[in-house]
Amino acid sequence: MSSLLSLWHDITTWLPHVQLAHFLIVSAVLFALGIFGIVTRKNAILVLMGIELVLNSANINFIAFARYGAKNFDGQVAAIFVIILAAAEAAVALAIVLNIYHRFQTVNVDEVSSLKE
Amino acid sequence: MQLFDVAFFVFALITLVSAFIVVFSRNIIYSAFSLLFTFFGVAGLYVLLQADFLAVTQILIYVGGILVLLLFGVMLTNKVINVEIKTGTLQTIPALILVAVVAGSLAGLFYSMWGGVGVPMEAGRPTTAVLGELLMTSYLLPFEIASVILLVALIGAAMTARRNRKA
Repeated sequence: MSSLLSLWHDITTWLPHVQLAHFLIVSAVLFALGIFGIVTRKNAILVLMGIELVLNSANINFIAFARYGAKNFDGQVAAIFVIILAAAEAAVALAIVLNIYHRFQTVNVDEVSSLKE
Repeated sequence: MQLFDVAFFVFALITLVSAFIVVFSRNIIYSAFSLLFTFFGVAGLYVLLQADFLAVTQILIYVGGILVLLLFGVMLTNKVINVEIKTGTLQTIPALILVAVVAGSLAGLFYSMWGGVGVPMEAGRPTTAVLGELLMTSYLLPFEIASVILLVALIGAAMTARRNRKA
């Protein structure tokens, strides 16, 4: 028990004190990963997953700045609207992807290149 | 406050590692399921930022709605008979360089601009009442527009996904 306590003490003294910048750096890395997914993936569903990652990183920024920067709740309201739009976007995008699959028999975004057959 | 630090690093690790798996996995099913852990990790970060209502909303809408929709998309657009659902990537190396530059410059910018900001807002009562009051007063018009957008997206998605629309 005492060794566990000393291990806990070692971990907590080794970790830096979490501030606004830590949340922002996590969101920056998440944003970059989402952009990477959007740019490199061929499958349209994986492109959508990248978009969701980007929206989540933007939300982390909104809430972190609302708590540490502006110190009011406007950022959280903005995050609510981002979540609403993400839900609407996912539904419409999935419907479009299903239609593309029905017509082209593939969802690879680099093969779907004709506007009119 | 030290429990806060440990919890932050645990949630950040969960979020970033599962996001790595989402982006780099060759199997689309693995990507979809590790996206689940990304959403849970982000919800944990929201809890650490004292946004309790948003954390629950994140789990309800992202995990319960968007992730299920994405899984439907995966199941309906692949031949699920073969378990290995691979997908290709293109231009990986230039994209990796570009994204590393973007992430590094963003993180450096954030750290240099806001590295010293450490005093958060007072931790108070649950945020639900405050958010509801804001939505009904200052943000009433965006709130109504968002409800109309949800209705339009519902109808539009149902119409678009329908098979034969001549009937």
